[in-house]
Amino acid sequence: MTLTLGHYLSLGAILFALSVIGIFMNRKNLIVLLMAIELMLLSVNMNFVAFSRYLGDMHGQVFVFFILTVAAAESAIGLAILVLLFRNRSTIEVDQLHSLKG
Amino acid sequence: MSATLSAPLLLAVPLAPLAGSALAGIFGTRFGGNLIGRLASQTLTILGVFIAFVLSALTLSDVIAGATFNETLYTWMNVGGLKMEVGFLIDSLTAMMMVVVTFVSLMVHIYTIGYMQEDEGYDRFFSYISLFTFAMLMLVMSNNLLQLFFGWEGVGLVSYLLIGFYFNRPTAVFANMKAFLVNRVGDFGFILGIGLIAAYTGSLNYTEIFAKAPELANLLLPGTSWLLVTVIAICLFVGAMGKSAQFPLHVWLPDSMEGPTPISALIHAATMVTAGIFMVSRMSPIFEMSDTALNLVMTLGAITALFMGFLGIIQNDIKRVIAYSTLSQLGYMTVALGASAYSVGVFHLMTHAFFKALLFLGAGSIIMGMHHNQDIRWMGGVRKYMPITWITFLLGNLALIGTPFFSGFYSKDSIIEAVAESHLPASGFAYFAVLAGVFVTAFYSFRLYFLVFHGQPRYDQNPEAHHDDHGHDDHAHHDEFTPHESPWVVTLPLVLLAIPSVLIGFYTIEPMLFGDFFKNVIFVNNEAHPVMEELAHGFEGPVNMALHAFTSLPFALALAGVALSYYMYMVNPALPTAIKRVFNPIYVLLENKYFLDWFNEHILARGARLLGKELWVVGDETIIDGWIVNGSWKTVGRVSEWVRGLQSGYIYNYALIMLLGVFGLMSYFVWFNK
Repeated sequence: MTLTLGHYLSLGAILFALSVIGIFMNRKNLIVLLMAIELMLLSVNMNFVAFSRYLGDMHGQVFVFFILTVAAAESAIGLAILVLLFRNRSTIEVDQLHSLKG
Repeated sequence: MSATLSAPLLLAVPLAPLAGSALAGIFGTRFGGNLIGRLASQTLTILGVFIAFVLSALTLSDVIAGATFNETLYTWMNVGGLKMEVGFLIDSLTAMMMVVVTFVSLMVHIYTIGYMQEDEGYDRFFSYISLFTFAMLMLVMSNNLLQLFFGWEGVGLVSYLLIGFYFNRPTAVFANMKAFLVNRVGDFGFILGIGLIAAYTGSLNYTEIFAKAPELANLLLPGTSWLLVTVIAICLFVGAMGKSAQFPLHVWLPDSMEGPTPISALIHAATMVTAGIFMVSRMSPIFEMSDTALNLVMTLGAITALFMGFLGIIQNDIKRVIAYSTLSQLGYMTVALGASAYSVGVFHLMTHAFFKALLFLGAGSIIMGMHHNQDIRWMGGVRKYMPITWITFLLGNLALIGTPFFSGFYSKDSIIEAVAESHLPASGFAYFAVLAGVFVTAFYSFRLYFLVFHGQPRYDQNPEAHHDDHGHDDHAHHDEFTPHESPWVVTLPLVLLAIPSVLIGFYTIEPMLFGDFFKNVIFVNNEAHPVMEELAHGFEGPVNMALHAFTSLPFALALAGVALSYYMYMVNPALPTAIKRVFNPIYVLLENKYFLDWFNEHILARGARLLGKELWVVGDETIIDGWIVNGSWKTVGRVSEWVRGLQSGYIYNYALIMLLGVFGLMSYFVWFNK
C-alpha cells in the first residue's frame, strides 16, 4: 500500500482530534493539558511537512521551524506558570482551578 | 346692539348674588371666623338678589320694548380657532327666565329667614342659595354653550351642597351623591353633544352655530347611518334628561327632598330642573331638524308625565307628593318640546315655577307648623289653624290641576292641544299620557289637600311622634298639640307667589304663544311641524279659551280626580285601605318606585363596583404588577442566571466553546457561503 498525502493528513487530523479531546476531557492534571497543546502543534507540523513533501515546496518545512521555536518558548513559559500555580494553590488539578467562576 | 341694554348693568345681575354669597359664605360662617352675624348675612344676600331682580325686571321691560344684547364680554381662551368666551345673549327667552329665577330666588331668600331660624347653618344656607342664583343666571344669560355648561355644572354643584345640607344625616349624604352622579350621567351625553357641535360648526357661540346649522342637515355621523343632527339632538337631550329629571334619570329628585324645603322650592321646582327645558328651547333650530329626536323627547316626556304621577298617589310624605308632581309636570314640558311647541313648554315652565314654588313653600310652612312632622297621615284640619297657608296652598293646587282662568290651565291645556295637533308617531301615546295625567294630577293633589287641611286632626295618632322634645314657650299643652300660623317672613312669599300663580297665565298667553314675544328666539319649522300654526288658528283669546274649557275633556278629568279624592279621603276613608289590600301587587310596584332604585343600586352600582374590583385585583395587581412589572425583572434574572452558568471558571470549558465556535464559523464559510 503506497502512502498518499491523504494518509499523512489523516494522521495529522487524528492527532489534532486526540489533543482536543485531551484538553477538555482532562480533569486531573494540568501537565496533560500542556502536553495536549504540544501534540496539537505537532499535528499541525505534520500537515505542513506532508504538504511540503507532496507539493515539492520548501516553504512548508521552513514554517515548521518557526512553529517548533514558538512551541518550545511557549512550553517553557507554560511550565513556569505551572510551577508558580503550584506554589500558590498547592494543586495542579484542573478541576480545582475555577476561581474565575461567575 | 341696542343702547338701552348696557353691559355693566347686565353684569350686575349675576354678580350681585355672587357678591352676597361670597361675603356671607366667607365671613358669616365658621370658615371666616363668624365675623358677621346672621342679620348681616341675610341682608347682604337678600340685597344681592333684590338688585338682580330689579335689574332683571328692567331688562324684561326693555326687551319687550325691542332691545336685545348679544356680546362677548371676555375671551377666556382661543384654542385652535375654538373660542371660549363669557358673553351674554339677552332676548325675550333670557329675560323671562331671568325674571322668574330672580323672583323665585328672592321669595325663597325671604322665606328662609323664617324657615331656617333654628338652624346652625343659617349663614351657609344663604350663601348657597345666592351662589345658586348666580350659577343659574350665568346659565340663562349665556350666549355660548360653554358658559351654559358652566352654569349647568354650577347649579348641579350647589344642588349637591344643598341636598346634603344636613351633612350629618346619612340619608342626606346618600341623596346628594345620588343627585350628583345621576346628573353626571346626563352631563356625559351633554358634553358629547357640545363636542359634536364644536367639531362640526367650529364654534360654541349660539349665533354662529345656528347660522351654520342648515349645512349639517344632511350629514351622517361618520361610520354609521345616523343623521348627525339626530345624534347631536339626542346627546343634548340626554343632558336635559339628567338635569330635568326625565325617565330614567329621574331617580334623584324624590331623594333630593332630604334637603331643606326652601331649596326644594328653588332648585327642584322652579329653576334648576327647568334648565334642561330652557336648553332644549334655546337649541330649537337643531331639534327642529331631527324628527327622531323629537319623537324620543316626546315619548320620554310622556312616560315621565304619566308614570311619575302614579307614584305621587301613594306617597305619605308631603314633600314627596309635590316632588312627584314636579316630575310629572316636567314631563309635560318635555312633551310640549317634543311636539315642537317650544313656546308652550317654556310658558308652562314659567307658570309651573310660580305655583310649584308656592306649593313647596306652603308645604314648608305646614312642616314648620306641625313641628317638623312631614307625614300627611298624621295631619288634618290644618285649615283652621293656618289660614294663609291654607288659602295660598289651595290656589296653588287649583293652578296645578288646570282650573280654568288660573295660569296652570292656560299652559297645561295648550300642551294638551299641541300634542293633539302633532303628527309625530309618538303623539298618540303622548296624548293619552297627558290626558290621563290630568286625572292623576288632580287626584293626588287633592288627596294631599284633603288629608292635610280638612278632616279631623290626627296629630296625636303618630306612633313616631315626640311631643316632649320642644322647649317652646308658645304652646302650653303637652298632650294636645295644635299648629299655629307661620311668621310673616314665611307667609309673605306665599302670598306674593300666589298672585302670579293665579294671574300670569291669563295675561301672558297671547303674547308668548301667539304673538311676537319669542320671534327670532325660538325657531319652529312650520312646514314640517305646523303645531303652533294650528294652535293659533284655534285660539280665541284667554277668556274664551277658559270658558270653552268647561265643556272639554281635560276639565272633566280634573273634576273627576278631585271628586274621587274627596270621596276616598273625606267621605269614605276606609276605601283606600281596602283598595290597597285588593291591588297589593300594584301597590308594591309603586312603593318600590317601579324597582328602578333597586335596579340602579343592585345591578348598575354593584356591577360598577364589581368591575372596578376585578380590574384592580386581576388587571392591576395580577397582570400589570405581577406579569409585566415583576415578570420583566424576573425574566431578566433567569436569563442572566443561565448565561452566568457559561462562566464556569474551567479553562477546558472555555476552550471547548472556542473550538465549537471556530468549527461553526468554518462550516458556515466552507459549505454555505461559497
